[in-house]
This record gives sequence, structure tokens and C-alpha cells, in this order.
Amino acid sequence: MNETGPRLLQGNEACVEGALAAGLRFFAGYPITPSTEIAEICSLRLPQVGGTFLQMEDEIASMAAVCGASLAGAKAMTATSGPGFSLKQENLGFAAQAEIPCVVVDVQRVGPSTGMPTSPAQGDVMQARWGTHGDHEIVVLSPSSVMEAYTLTITAFNIAEELRTPVVLLMDEIVGHLREKVTLDAAGKLPVVDRDKPSCPKELYKPYGPGQGRLTDVPPLAAFGEGYRFHVTGLTHGEDGSPTNNPKVGERQILRIVQKIASRRDELARFEEISMEDAEVVVVAYGGTARSAKKAVRDARAEGIKAGLLRVITLWPFPETRVAKLREMGLKAVIVPEMNMGQYVLPVKRVIGDACPVIPLNKVAGQFIEPKDILEAIKGAM
Amino acid sequence: MASLKELSAVPEVLASGHRLCAGCGAPIVVRQILRGAKAPVVVTNATGCLEVSTSVYPYSSWNSPWVHTAFECAGATASGVEAAYRSLKKQGKVDKEIKFVAFGGDGGTYDIGFQALSGAMERNHNLVYVCYDNGAYMNTGIQRSSATPKGADTTTSPVGKVSTGKRENRKDLTKIMAAHGIPYAAQVSPAHWNDLYQKAEKAFSAGGAAFINAIAPCPRGWRCDSKDTIEMCRLAVDTCFWPLYEIVEGKVRVTYKPRVKRPVVDFLKPQGRFRHLFQPGNEGLLEEIQKDVDRNWERLLAEEALSN
Repeated sequence: MNETGPRLLQGNEACVEGALAAGLRFFAGYPITPSTEIAEICSLRLPQVGGTFLQMEDEIASMAAVCGASLAGAKAMTATSGPGFSLKQENLGFAAQAEIPCVVVDVQRVGPSTGMPTSPAQGDVMQARWGTHGDHEIVVLSPSSVMEAYTLTITAFNIAEELRTPVVLLMDEIVGHLREKVTLDAAGKLPVVDRDKPSCPKELYKPYGPGQGRLTDVPPLAAFGEGYRFHVTGLTHGEDGSPTNNPKVGERQILRIVQKIASRRDELARFEEISMEDAEVVVVAYGGTARSAKKAVRDARAEGIKAGLLRVITLWPFPETRVAKLREMGLKAVIVPEMNMGQYVLPVKRVIGDACPVIPLNKVAGQFIEPKDILEAIKGAM
Repeated sequence: MASLKELSAVPEVLASGHRLCAGCGAPIVVRQILRGAKAPVVVTNATGCLEVSTSVYPYSSWNSPWVHTAFECAGATASGVEAAYRSLKKQGKVDKEIKFVAFGGDGGTYDIGFQALSGAMERNHNLVYVCYDNGAYMNTGIQRSSATPKGADTTTSPVGKVSTGKRENRKDLTKIMAAHGIPYAAQVSPAHWNDLYQKAEKAFSAGGAAFINAIAPCPRGWRCDSKDTIEMCRLAVDTCFWPLYEIVEGKVRVTYKPRVKRPVVDFLKPQGRFRHLFQPGNEGLLEEIQKDVDRNWERLLAEEALSN
């Protein structure tokens, strides 16, 4: 960080600052609105810190380059939006399977397909979770402010490094292009996590064996070029990385990459709570929409309505435990506003069950959900 | 040879009133190319400035059927359209002659659409693929592409204290397409309209896959005056930065040889994207660019000599 003090920053700019603070040294990308600023700023900033910026020929190649850079030891990131996110999915699955730490930023715009390139949406919530094929778990974080785009990018890198997994930073056009006054140093020196490196003799290294450091279920990752010889493949593999069709070995590997994330659901869960203690109606929101929800809850309270906000920051794995607690509050309703046809409302409904009505509030045509829309829904539920 | 009078009598496929910028090279290329079709055309468009600016709902600038799919798919989409025509013809459901053409910018052609384009060329579909090459991703805000000339300032090859713009060479796409063994490949410039028209005619009657690469200045990205578009095309040709040639069944023919080959700086100087090259200390880079141009030109002439 060269600059201190208050700055007027865009969410996309703050994301790059966060990535650099987390130790980003490699970015590969491809231009796509509304994420392009991230690539542009990386092309300027990375060479200044001895890093590498690569513009690839498409999103498939950018994601492949990020996997390669990470295996060579660099903290690596790419950024894109809906159509590009779709193209990245195969290699995103490769990163999950081969346990390659990396951060994929998706600044959501209206889809499907080309959609509305300059308008905000939150339609990639399920694509972020299930966009690639096969059983896998993935960590998806969603910032609501420019400051949080900064801090959460650091968090994304830390989780990626610690758990040897791709992490998706799911922004939306509202946050990506929003300009806010932020003082990045106010976040203090945030902890930065580096991946575990092998400590065993080189010939005994198992790239997919048990952990040797902090975590027993996350194997250490040597960087190519450090003298460790190992095999990386998208095929189901054993502890030494060699492909296998042995069902026992395969099952062990698949369960481990799923469990290393699923078993940490509660520690990965991040959320912000506003006026939740005595709430009778709770709004569950995330990303840019949570900004409107915050205002709506404040306005409702001013009118004497007991509304609360549960702002979900870790979208996936789903914060099951926290959401389940809403069941015990005797709520009149849970409202889930999102700029899609109703994606995140599905797991919320699954967990709330018949404890209270779960009401979706949706907009899909590029217009953000306004505080008054949510306030109206709150009043309707009382 | 056609006269301007004859050419101006050909009905327009791309209508006026589109939203492309003043001075944009793309619509000039499209209008000149389509004069060579001599039959109804079906247009496929890759994502890019041309696509977004000619299809603002509920309007269309196209007096023809027009298809846009995903960014990387123009080659594949055009292949499908042409294959459907062949099938319908075989079934006796269509008997009139229709020509197929695809337009893509350099980003959609040299980079992300390269794979699909290569497939279309290799399968030798009876279509003409036209790249309007403005040397960067102009639609998303001037990011470098593999068609961006060495030394150009773009938002992802920014010029600063250390960087002097894009370091890599331009990809020679016309030659790569010709290397597919297709019946026709050519490079054209809107400033040389008669040369362009004749090549378009040949491409449309090649009987198989044809590729045309057209230089198409972008005043926004090139940082040149919008009134100088045609002049920039002319300078690109006269400096041999953008030679005009065709490759027919593997034989190279240079269709225009400037009487006086002007130094490449004549082409670079009016463009703001190369301004930094004229600051002290960057003389070496200018020399390097000149050497690249000279080498490519000499090689092209040698290839022509070998073809005879």
C-alpha cells in the first residue's frame, strides 16, 4: 500500500488493494464489464510489486493460468463477470479437484448470457455454488461495501491458502462500481495466511496426503520449482497425485475435498446482524442489496416496527447453524430480497421450514431493490 | 474494377442511424465488403462494438438476417447457419443463392473466437469471415489484444515510467488463416476501396471458407482525429504496416505496392496511443518497430516471388 488516509475508491479498486495486501503476485484475466477495472488496475500495480499481470486470450485460459501460477507458488487471482464466469467453470472445478488455492472474482451483471452488461444482478449465486460439475464444496464471499471489498478479498485469499481451495469473491455491479470514501489503514494490519509448505524430505512428499502443519486434512503444497516432484491432475487421484479408478481411494479423496470445507461451515460463516435481538421480521440479504435492506430495517424501526437484518457475508457454505436459530425466534416472517428470481431464498426456506413464512423479494431487470421495496415487504409481513 | 458510381448504386445492408462513433472504421468496412456479395446475405456478428451499436432494441441497422450469439462463437455460429442452408438446399426447401458472412472485431477474432474460427476455416464452410481489426478491445474500454501493435498504450498495457506499452508482437492472423489451406485469404483497407471491393467479390465467390482482415481505425482507442480515419488507413498501407495482399489457394499476391514506402513513424505519430514512443529514450523501440515492419514486408515480397 503506497497511500494512506481517506481515499475515494471504487469497489473494484478496493478489491485489487485487498488482493495486494494479501500478497497477490499473479493476475490473469480477460476484459469484461463490469469487472474490467480489476484487470486494468492489476496491469498497473502488479509490476510495481514484482508481480505478473497476464491478459489471456479468453476466460478459459485466464483460469488455467491462475491455476498454474498458484502451483508455482504465487498467490493468484482472476476477475470476470457472468459470461466469463461460465467459461471459467471447468478450470474452477480443476482447482477444486487438484486443491489449488486461488481467488476468482465475479462482479455480477444481468444474465443469462450477455444479458445487461452494465447493470447489476445477483444471478450467479447458484452458479458460484454449482457452476462446475461433480461433487465439491466451495467458499463464496459477498461484500456489501467498498471497504468490505478490500477486507473480504484479503479473507478470500486467507481461506484459499489455508484450505487449498478456490474461493469465489461474489461481488455485484453495485459494489464493484460504487465509489465510497474509505480509509484502508483503518482496517489495521489484517492477518495474512500463507499456504502450508511441506516439511518432509522431498522424496516422501505426498501432495494429497495428510496435512503436516496446522490442519490434518489439508495437505501442504510445494511450489513447482522448489525441487518437489509431484503430479497434478483433474483425474481422481490418490495421495501421491496419481490417477486412480480404485473406488476406495477415490472416495477418500472426494470426501476429503468436500469435508475440508463442509466440516468448517461454522467457522467460515460470516454475517452482520442489525437489530436482531427483538426482531419480529428478519431480512436476510447480501451484497449490494443488503445496503437497501439496512436502510429499510432502520426506517422500519423508526416507525416502531421490530425488523432486523441478517446480512450474510459467507454465502457458501450455507451458514446453516446461524439461519437455523431464526426458527426459535417466533418470527412473523423472513424476507429474502435478491436481484434474481429467487436463488438464496431456497436454502433459507429449506432451513426455516415451517417455522415462519419465507418471502422472496426479487428484481431481475438491472434495477436494484430500493429500501422502500423492502420496507413495504416488511410492513406487509407484520 | 467498379466505379464509385456503380458501387454507390448497390443497396445498403447496414443502414444509417447506427450508434457507432463518428470516425469508426467498422461500419465503413462492413458497407464496402457487403457490396461484393452480389446476393442476399445472412450476417453473423461476434460480440463487440459493431454488434452492440447496430442492434439497440427495438431497432436494427441490418437490412438482412442477422445472428449474434456468445462472444467466442461467431465462427461456430456462422458454420451452423451455412450448414443449415446446405441442408435446406439438399432437401429442396431453398433454391435461391444466399451468401454467408461473419463480422468480428480483433478481440473476438484473434483471441477468444480463434478456436471457433479455426474450426470454421478447417471445415471449409462456404462463408466469408471478416475481421474489423482496430487493434484492441475497444468495446470494454481499450484493453490490449493479440492484434494490438507493439508499443501501443492500452488500459491493460499502460505506459508509465517503466512500461512502454505493449511489448509483444502482433499476431499475423491473415497468414494463420491462409495456413488452414482455405481457398481465399486477404488483407484490405477501406482507403483502397477498389482493392477491397475486388477482394470481397473474390471472397464471396471462393466456393469455400474465405477470410478477410480489414484495418478499421478507432479514434477513441487510437487517440486520433475522427476525421482522419481513412487517412490513417492510407498511412498504414503506405508505411507497409498493413500490406494489401491476397493468398489464393496458397499463392501470395501483393495487390498494392506503395511507390514510396513511407517510414512507419508517419503512421504512428498522429496516434496518441504511440505518443510516448516519440519521447527521448524510446528511439530504440521506434527502430525496432520499423525493423519489424521492414522484415514482414520483405518476407511478404519473398513469398510472392516464391508463388510465381
